[in-house]
This record gives sequence, structure tokens and C-alpha cells, in this order.
Amino acid sequence: MAALCDGFTLCGLASGPSSAEARILCIEQGREADHVIVTDARKSITVYKVSDQKPLGSWTVKQGQTITSPAVYNTQTGEYVVVTDNKVIRVWKDEDCFDKAFKATVSADVARVHALPDSEPVVLFARGGVRILDTLLAAPQQSIEELLPEGEVIRWSESFVKGKQKVVVFTTEQKGEHFVYLHRFNPNCLLKYKLEMEDAGSCLLSVSATVRNKNISFLYLCSRGCLYQSEVPVSGGPAEGVQPLPRTLLLKLPVGDGHLSVAAALSLDEANVAVVGVPHPSEGTRKEFLCIWNTHFQTLQASRELLGQPYGQLWCFSGKLYVPHGRVLTAVPYDCQQSSLAAALGRLKQGHGEGSCPPPPVRSWNSLLHEAAAQPQRSTRGIDTRRSKLRKSQAASITVDQVLEDIKTALGEDVEREVESFLMGAAGPDLQLAVGQVASQLVTRCLSDPSFYTRNSLARLVHTRCLCHSVCPGLLPLVLEKKDYSLVQLCLQHFPDIPEEVTCACLKAFIDVSDGDLEAVDIEPDSMSLMEDISVGWRKDGNLENGFSPVLLEDDGYEARIPPSKSRGRAGLLDLDVSCPVGLKKAVLLNEILQTAHTESFLLPHLKDLSVQQVLLFLRYLWFLYLKFSQDFNVRTSGLRSPTTVQIIDWVCLVLDAHFTVLVMVPEAKDMLSHLNKFVRSQVRLISELGKIQGSLQNIHKLKQSEDVGLYSIEIIELF
Amino acid sequence: MGEFKVHRVRFFDYMPSGIRCMAFNQRTERLALARLDGTVEIFNFSDRYFQEKVIPGNDARSVEAICWVANRLFTTGLNGEITEYDLENLCPKYSVDAFGGPIWTVACNALGTHLAVGCEDGSVKLFEVLPEKIRFEKNLDRQKGRILSLSWHPSGTRIVAGSLDVINIFDVQSGHMMQRMLVDRGTVNSRTRECVVWSVFFLSDFTIISGDSSGKVQIWDSHTGTLNKAHLVSKWDVLALSLSQDESSLLAGTSEGTVVQFQFLSPTLGASEKEWVRTRTFKHHTHDVRAVAEIGTAVVSGGVDTQLVVRPLLDKVDVKSYDTGLRKIQFPHRPLVSCAAKAGLLLFQFPVQLELWRLGEGEGPGRPGHSLIVTRKPEKLLQLKRKGEDHICCSAISPCGSWVVYSTVSSIRLHRLQYDGSNISIAKVPRLPKVLRSAHQLCFSADSSRLFVASSRSTVHVIALSQSECKYLHTFKSCSGSTEPMHLLVASADGRWLAAANRACEVHVYNVRSRKPHCIVPLYGSCPTAMAIHPSTNNLLMVHADQLIFEYSIEEKQYTDWSRRVQKEGLHRLWLERDTPVTGVTFNPSNASQFLLHDTYMFCIVDQRLPLPDQKAQLYNQLTLKSLSEQDRKSYSHAFKFCKKYQPLLCVSVLEDQSVVVVERPLLDIATQLPAPVRQKKFAT
Repeated sequence: MAALCDGFTLCGLASGPSSAEARILCIEQGREADHVIVTDARKSITVYKVSDQKPLGSWTVKQGQTITSPAVYNTQTGEYVVVTDNKVIRVWKDEDCFDKAFKATVSADVARVHALPDSEPVVLFARGGVRILDTLLAAPQQSIEELLPEGEVIRWSESFVKGKQKVVVFTTEQKGEHFVYLHRFNPNCLLKYKLEMEDAGSCLLSVSATVRNKNISFLYLCSRGCLYQSEVPVSGGPAEGVQPLPRTLLLKLPVGDGHLSVAAALSLDEANVAVVGVPHPSEGTRKEFLCIWNTHFQTLQASRELLGQPYGQLWCFSGKLYVPHGRVLTAVPYDCQQSSLAAALGRLKQGHGEGSCPPPPVRSWNSLLHEAAAQPQRSTRGIDTRRSKLRKSQAASITVDQVLEDIKTALGEDVEREVESFLMGAAGPDLQLAVGQVASQLVTRCLSDPSFYTRNSLARLVHTRCLCHSVCPGLLPLVLEKKDYSLVQLCLQHFPDIPEEVTCACLKAFIDVSDGDLEAVDIEPDSMSLMEDISVGWRKDGNLENGFSPVLLEDDGYEARIPPSKSRGRAGLLDLDVSCPVGLKKAVLLNEILQTAHTESFLLPHLKDLSVQQVLLFLRYLWFLYLKFSQDFNVRTSGLRSPTTVQIIDWVCLVLDAHFTVLVMVPEAKDMLSHLNKFVRSQVRLISELGKIQGSLQNIHKLKQSEDVGLYSIEIIELF
Repeated sequence: MGEFKVHRVRFFDYMPSGIRCMAFNQRTERLALARLDGTVEIFNFSDRYFQEKVIPGNDARSVEAICWVANRLFTTGLNGEITEYDLENLCPKYSVDAFGGPIWTVACNALGTHLAVGCEDGSVKLFEVLPEKIRFEKNLDRQKGRILSLSWHPSGTRIVAGSLDVINIFDVQSGHMMQRMLVDRGTVNSRTRECVVWSVFFLSDFTIISGDSSGKVQIWDSHTGTLNKAHLVSKWDVLALSLSQDESSLLAGTSEGTVVQFQFLSPTLGASEKEWVRTRTFKHHTHDVRAVAEIGTAVVSGGVDTQLVVRPLLDKVDVKSYDTGLRKIQFPHRPLVSCAAKAGLLLFQFPVQLELWRLGEGEGPGRPGHSLIVTRKPEKLLQLKRKGEDHICCSAISPCGSWVVYSTVSSIRLHRLQYDGSNISIAKVPRLPKVLRSAHQLCFSADSSRLFVASSRSTVHVIALSQSECKYLHTFKSCSGSTEPMHLLVASADGRWLAAANRACEVHVYNVRSRKPHCIVPLYGSCPTAMAIHPSTNNLLMVHADQLIFEYSIEEKQYTDWSRRVQKEGLHRLWLERDTPVTGVTFNPSNASQFLLHDTYMFCIVDQRLPLPDQKAQLYNQLTLKSLSEQDRKSYSHAFKFCKKYQPLLCVSVLEDQSVVVVERPLLDIATQLPAPVRQKKFAT
């Protein structure tokens, strides 16, 4: 799940020479996470503290000079670096005046200076040469090699550090063809890749890159709205010549009127991509939108309308997206959660203004005061004073974060209370997100702190039905470990997406648990009553179904009721009065397992882990259920939640498939297998008989087809 | 009994016209209703709701309001004229232009001396009702906005007029406006549309009740001009109101197809204070209810969905009887189809045209319950548009299929058809005898050599037809002196006898050869709805609106034994309680003892040799008989053999080859041709 929060204006934009031209050269990360350096087109550099929307410092170049490479912050030395008039590198500190900056003129045109975290900035020259800044400044006039052929121009560049490997990547364009260069240091080498482009007429609008698992992943957006991804390994053997760079289509964005002109895409995490300048799918061809798309599910996760035309520029620093549009630069905080399909669906329409966000970046005096007052109380004790009650009543609207924060430290019962009150107030589309966060946090706490276990909160969260296994994968194993069987049952009922491995672990745990241990477990009454119905005499109402033995049916003709003694005598080997091999509560838990969704081929390997005794017990229980179900129609129509006959048979088949060779060898199993065989054979016969009846019934249906009377017909009628 | 080959015809596109307005005459128990095409129909509610008279419409005349003044019937319409009808000749008697533009409404005062009409130009005009004519008396003060509804106070001194957004009260004596009451436009979305007061009533206690286009029924106090109570009954229009004679019950018809009843009751038991309370809602219509009538014991409603619904108020009846059932009158009680038995042709009568069809042929295994393969499809041979603006009132085709005649209120046209199997030619017969001006009913003799024309004042003209000429022979005058229009006319197969029934329930028998009246069948209180003369015995078989069957021997001038037996034993209860009158009688040419009757929902073959069903017997017994063996059938079978397979029926006729022609008009086909309803109730909305 991803969400965009309310954005705020960071600064206005000076009007440029023409309205469509970008007014910002670049935005770079400042000294702290909260600082950004905004390099205005040509003239000025400003450092902002984003959360305060406040400029911290500003520098302007003199008349006649222009900034050609945006300012970056050198974390090693605490200095800013900028390039003016292509060749002059200026270095200064926060408190310095721009005029007093250190100046060095280099021998070739600089394309960009890139800052790298925890290392010296690198300088990329317009003709493809790369130098580390301090070595360059040591000898500014050193000659720079020309690596790019004539006419090839650098369009975009970026640098990364992965481990100890520094990398500079840049794309170039020559006569409509695009190339990607990868420059590695130590040893220096340059790799060249050719980008596959779409057919003629589409052009590359925006490139961005991220480092992911030792690969550099490029994301590029074409004017037809296609979003492609290509991957290049960070390190690896040098390759000769130009290699083609394979691409995968991640997403086809809706393009209103044929093609895009200014747009940008930025990868936020593995699944989510922020896009600006692309029409909203349900808003026609207008392009003033900032959207987050999920590439896994191809869904629109969040969107926000922008006032004024965006310039096809988009940056992202520490949880905020920066978009210049119209006459302002807006910072939009966003939030990307690990997504599950259940959460990803149906978010096309983003509710405006009510999204649950990280706390507002601009703090109001009100909330500051309020929190200051609330703080000491929370940290001391969870006594319900009037004020804390007041706070709790507002808790839902306050934040999820507060709950999350409390979960990390507070006492078990406080946490329970907090979660309860949070859930009381929470509602709306973002409940899902919040519930997932809270559950994950609770599980993390429980895992790290063995004495901490808030059963009620977890149960409450599961009951919201907003939780599923993929949102909080740790929950079910944790609960299983805590032997909290009623909560396991709850999870099995409510989670639609439990992996087969976990299902199997639950099954094993259920089979192994002794009935004594289950005494105290509180099981849902509905499923209990079902099992009671099944195990208590199935013949109590005498409403006998004739589904269980065609032999009997044929012999008894129309007799609806078969005397018990007779049927038992007839049945012989098929002793139909099997008693339940497991305790009632255990049976209920096993029923839950039978009803979980699963894929047989994934389940089979895990089933093989069961021991022979476990298999025997489970098989006996399935056999028992199967008998009861095929005998007593009432069980199936009781309206209670119960496994279907098909599910039971599926499981019988699965268990037999997994363990057949072993079972054949085990003497205890022999009896049961032969019973099972006979019973199934009789059922097959019954079904084939029913098939015949169905055929004749269909024929009767055909006979009664109503004729369609047209405008005219000549009919014969007979009167008596 | 036997097998019958049935031509099942569904290509008669008969489309009834929607009901515009109606008026009930409490004294004579006649309901007059006007349809959207200008047709005026009169139903006799004391004679099983029989459609007694039909005055055909006219393209130039539309009817917006209808009003009884004693036994005289007046309508007004958008042509700006007030028309009085001649109920004996079934045509407009005269029209008076009110010179106020289209007239939306007409009302008569309690004494029946004055008519008030509401005009488009906003004037209310008073006319004095004189014998044989009406005379303009005066205008009341003219107001802005058309007058859509009017009502006299029972004292005759005040008139209330509903207009757009306003209700005005006039003093009749001075003609001045006394009170002006503004009507609220209703909900927000209709605030820009003016509120039309579709209907208004002035009660004797000076209360005024109005129904308007914003769905309200409002109760006003006329002395103070204030609104006492507003009932919102519909999201759409309240189109019609009707007040019972004792002013204790009010009906409101709405655009949603509902009829809402209000009653003047005391809200608490025993209190003397009374108020208008909404009591019942009836939903029998799918479209606008344009007209309602509260007739004391029943609610009568009609609208765009063309059917007339009579819904008895069960609190007003004591015993369950024929009159306590819900009645829907959908089809006219007169035949619109004539069949040329020898030629296998069908003539369909529409208001503005005639259609001539040839039946198809089929072959194949003739097993009961199956259809034959149609080898020749039915064919439309001719479409004959009527001349002039008047609608067709009756038509006939000769048995040989070579003459087609139709009549409007102003003229009769006779056409000669020549059809040789592939080519058809039609020629109008010029210079008809002067005596043929208009006809109420037309009939050819069995050999197609004579045309009988039932004309005004209960006369029947006899015309001789031949290849070369068309000659007037004789006129039979009514020997009883009755001037009621003839509505049934049948000739015997041997050409000797002619029987004619008029609306005064008289059946005259004339001897055609001697050109003399033969006899009058003893008068029976209910109107005959169908009759025929038996081809071999010359017995006259008559079925009346109250479902009784009589057989009268013309030669012996007395009822036959079978008829006496029927009277003595009585007909089965279920037969008598049927809903629709028998509109056709024919004889089975292959079996002299059998005749066919049909109404809208069944046809039946009556075998005079078989015993009549007694009251306890199962009347509709075909299914039972089918399941019995040949021997058992004899003991169970009775004279009436019903076939309900074909519904609704407009015509059942027997061709020369003894096959039966049934003309069906499925209700669904009519419903699909209706305009979309203004509002349809959907489930859970």
C-alpha cells in the first residue's frame, strides 16, 4: 500500500524565460535528512529545512555567471560544491559568503558533480571523463580524456556506492539513440550499453536508477507511456564493445491524447513507482497529477492533483517527493507499505484529504502543546486520569504512529487498551494500512520480548478482517508458538492467504496437541456444536439418507427407514458406526485446517513431513468425517461453518498421495485402507447410478420445452 | 368430440388508445369515457359493464374533458369547441366554439342549467344549457394562465378554477374573483417548473380539494383561502381527482399508475370532528392514471395503459358476487375482425384504415397438440385508408370476399374486390343509393347478393348487389318505435331472415323476401352481445351481456326446447361469472347441433345434444376428460367444451373447410407499444 499525504509548498518558483521551461535545475540532499538544496535555474542556490518550510541559507551567483551543475553537499567535508559556467568549480561552507568560495577552473566542461554518501563527490565531465573531486581539485588543470564520440550528449547521470564500489552511471543520446554508460572506480572502467527503444516516434522522457541487490536498476519512461526496467550489475567483469541492454515492461501508463511530452517516473521501492505528468486514468487527458503506481499489481495506489503544469521533474528524499509545478515547488510526503494483493485492490480512487499519513511535517502549535502535556503521563503510568481518557477518546484521530510508538515500549495491558481504543475510532479506507502496521509492530515486540504477548489485541486485530497473512507474516507462526489455539483458529478462519507451509505446521501442531491441553482452550461455539452434532448419534431423527450404500438402497426398495440392526448386518465390513478418533476440540481445529485454501502441489511436500502416527490419526479422523458426511445429510445443511465433502475427499487424497507407500507397509493402516477402498467403490457406483438418472431427468426437461408462437401458425387441437 | 384445425392469427396489430377522461352518470349508471384519439365510449355499469355505445373519433377533434348533463353528454377539446353528442345516432350533434382557445376543462352545475368551461386564455366561460343547444352567457373575470380544472360549488354560486401555480375562486353572480390561493411548487428540483393544478373540487362545506403536478392533494378552506392540509401522494403528478356523491370519499390518480383513496373520517373513534385521511392505494396501472371515477361502490380508473379498471370497494358490498371482482376492460365489446368464410380472408378494422389478409396454408401430420408446417404464409392483400377525418365505425367483408364495405359517421364506402390468387384489384362502387348516409352496423347476406345497413332511427336498409349495379331495395323501419342504434345485424343462410338487435335490447326479425317485419323476440333486460341464425334450422341464437343464452325459433316465433331447458336448469355459476361478454357466435358446419361462442379469454363449443352441466359439475373439464378413457368420458362430458389455449381473443370464426380461425392480440404486444411510463416502481427503490 502506498499513500500520498497532503503536500505543502516548499517555495515559489522564480519566473523563467518561458513558462514551459524548467525553473529548477536540481534538488539535492542537504546536510541533514530534513534539508534539501534547491538549485534554481541559472542563478541561486537555497538550502531549506523542509519540515519548517524555511530557508536556512541562500547564495546567488553574480550577474553574468550561470550555474551549470547543481550544488551538492559534500558530507565528508561539510562543504557545498557547485559548478558555474561549465568549468569553474566552487566550494564553500554554510557560513561562507558565495564570493569567498574556493574557486578552481578545470580544463574541460563539467556535466555534473555527484555527491556520494560517506565519500568524496565525483565529477562527471561532459565528454565522459570521471574524476573524484579531491583528486581533481589537487590538480585542476589535468587533462580530461574524451570518451564520448562526437555528437553524443549526456542527458542524465547518477552515482551510487554499493559496498566499497563507487559507480557513476549516465545516459547519452546520439541521433535518437540512447546509450547507458557505467563507470566503475578501482579499477576504472567504462561499460557501454545500448538502450532498446520503442519504434520511431517515441522518445525517452525520464530515467531514474536505484541500486537493488548488487544491480543497478534503471527505470525509464517513454513518451508512449511505457515504463521499462533494465538491470545492470554493479560489479562484474569488464565487457568489450556496446552491449544491448534488455528491458522489461513494468507498466503501461494510460496516455490520454497519444503521447506524453513532459513526465517523470521515480522508483520508490520494489513495487511502487511515482509518476508525474501522466494523466489520471479516470480523469481524462489532464496531466496535472502525481500518482503512485504499483507495478506488481498494475494498480494506481494513490494520486494527487497538482495545480499548474508539472515540468517533468521529480525528486525523492527521505520520504518526500518534490515536484515543481506551475509556480511552486511542492513537497509531498508519501508512505509505501509492503503491499499485498488484498490491500492493493480497489484503490483507484484516492480519497482526498483523509489519508492516514505520517504526522504532519509542519507541526501546529496546538499539537505541540498537546503532545508535550501528554508525554509525561504516557511514560509514567497508564492510569486513566481524566486527561488521558480525553486523549484516548481522540486517539483514533491522533495517529497510528502513537500506537506504534507505544507498542515498542509500553506494558502489555496498556498496549491492549491503546489498540482497543485505536480500533474503536479508526475507520475508513486506511484502516487496512493501519491495522497491518499495528499488527506487525505487535508481532515484532512479541518476538523480541518473550514475556510480552497481547492476545486480546491480536484477536481484535484479526477480527477487523483487515488483516491477512501477507500483511503480517509473523503473526501466525508466533501464535502457534504461543500455543494459542483459539487465536490460530481465528486466523485460519479470517486469513485468505495462508501459505501451505504454515497450514501444514498448524496441522502438525493440532495433531500433536493432547486433548488435555485443549481443555482450557476456548473454541468458537458454532463449530463446537457442529462437531457435537456429528459425533452424537447421527441416526437420532431417523431421517436417513440413501447416499451411503447403493446395495442397501436397491434391496430395501421404497422403505425409507432401515432398521439399524439390519443395515449393520448388511454392511458387514463397512462398520458405519465409527467413533470419533480425536477429541471434540481437536476435531474442530482440524476442521479449520480442512477449510483453508490451498494448492495441492504446494501442500504435498510439507505433508510428507508428518510422521506415520500423525498420518494415521489424521486419516482416521478424515475417514470418520467422510462417513458421517455421506450418511447424514443434516450435517451438511445445518448452515454452520463446516468442511464440505469435497474438501474432506481432497485431503484424504492428499494424505494418501503423500504417504501411500508408507501406509501400505504399516499393519495398523491396512484395515482402514481396505474400508476406505470399499466405501469409495460403493460411492462411485452410486454416483454412476445418479448419472443415469440425471440423463433421464434431462430428457424430461427437453420434452417440456415451450414452443415459441410466431405471428401465425396452424395448429391442431382436440376437444373432448 | 373431435379435432379442429386452428389458424392462430397474431398479426392483427390492434392498438387501443389511452383513456383521457371519464364521467359517471350516477342516475343512469352509465360511464362515459373519452380516449386520446377522440373516441367516446359509454359503458352500462348496470348491465355487466357492457360497452354499450361507441362514438368514433375524428382526427380534428380531441377530447380533454367530458361531462354529463342529465342524459346529455358534452365534451370539450383542444380545438376550442364544446361538443354535444347524439347518443342515438352515435355522432356529434353540434359544436359551439367558445372563442377562448383550447378548452381544458368543463363542469356542470348541480342543477344542470349551466356549463362552465376553462380556456387556454385564462377565461372561465359560462354557457346556459337549453333543450337541443347551449348558449353563451358570460365570462368570469379573466386571469393570467390557462384554466385546467373547474368545479362548481353545489349551491351554484361559486366556481373554483385551477390554473398554473394558483387556484381562483369566482363568484358566479358578479363574475369577480373572490379568493386567490397560491400553490406551492414542491420539491427543489421542480421549483423552476410551474405547478399545474390538474384537478380541483368544491365541496358543499366550502372546502376545496386540489391535485397538482407536484404530487400533492391539498385541502383548502375557501372562506379564508388558506391551506388546511397537504398530502404528498406521488413524486410526480396527481392527474385526476374524483369525489363520491356523498362527499365522503375522494380518489386521486397519479402518474405512477396508482390510485389513492382519501376518506372523510374522524381520526379518533367516536369523535365528531372529521378530516380527510388517506386510506387506500390501488395499483392497477403501469402508466399515468388520467381519469378516475368514484362510483360509490367501486373505483374506476383509466389511463395511458388503455385499460379501464373497475375495482370494487369491498367495504361497500355485503355479499360476494359478480360485482365484487376486479374487472379490467381491455378490448372493445364489439368485433373488429370480419371473416370471409368462403374466401379465407380476414378484414381487420383500425380507426383510420382497413387491412385485408389472406390466411396461410399448412400441411403435415395433423396430430392434436402439434402445429402444421406452414407452406404458404399469410399475406396482406390490401390496406385501405379511410377518406376524410372521421374514424371508421364499422366494416364488413362479404362471405365470398369480393365486397368490402365500411362506414364512418358521415359516409359509407363500398368497394368491389377482384382477387384471382395473385393479383388484386379494388374498385370503389360509385353512386351508392342516396339513402346510405352512415351505418351503425353492416352485414352481407350469405350469398353476397344483399347488403344490409343498420342506419339511424333503428332502420335497416336492404341493398341489392350485382356485378353491374348496386340498387336500393327496401328499408325496414323499427316497428316498436325505438330509435336506439342497431349494433348487431345477422342474416340467415337461406337469405330469408334478417335479425337486428338494438341498444334498447330489442331484437327484430325481418322477412327479407316478403320485405316485412316478422316478429320481435320477447324483450329481455340485458343487451344482446352476439347473435346468429342457425344455417339449417333458422333458429336465432342470442347471448346477452349477463351471459345468458337464448335460442329462438324464427319460424315458430317461440323459444326452442333447448332454450327452455337452459332457462329451467340454469347455466353454470362459473359461466355466469365470466368477465367478458361473448362477442361472437358461429355454427359448426359439420355438426348441426354445435355452435361456437367466444369471449376474450376462451372459446367454447356448445353441443345441444349433450346434457347441460349442473352446478356441482366441473365446468372447465377438458383436462379431466383428456385423462379419462373413452367410456368414462361419456358420463363426465357436458354441453360446454372450453378451449382456453388462445388468449386474448378478438375473433373466432369457422371457415368453409371447417377450420377455425382465432385472432389473438397478446397483451404483451400492446404493452410494448405503449410509451414508456413516466415512472416505474422498481423493487427496493
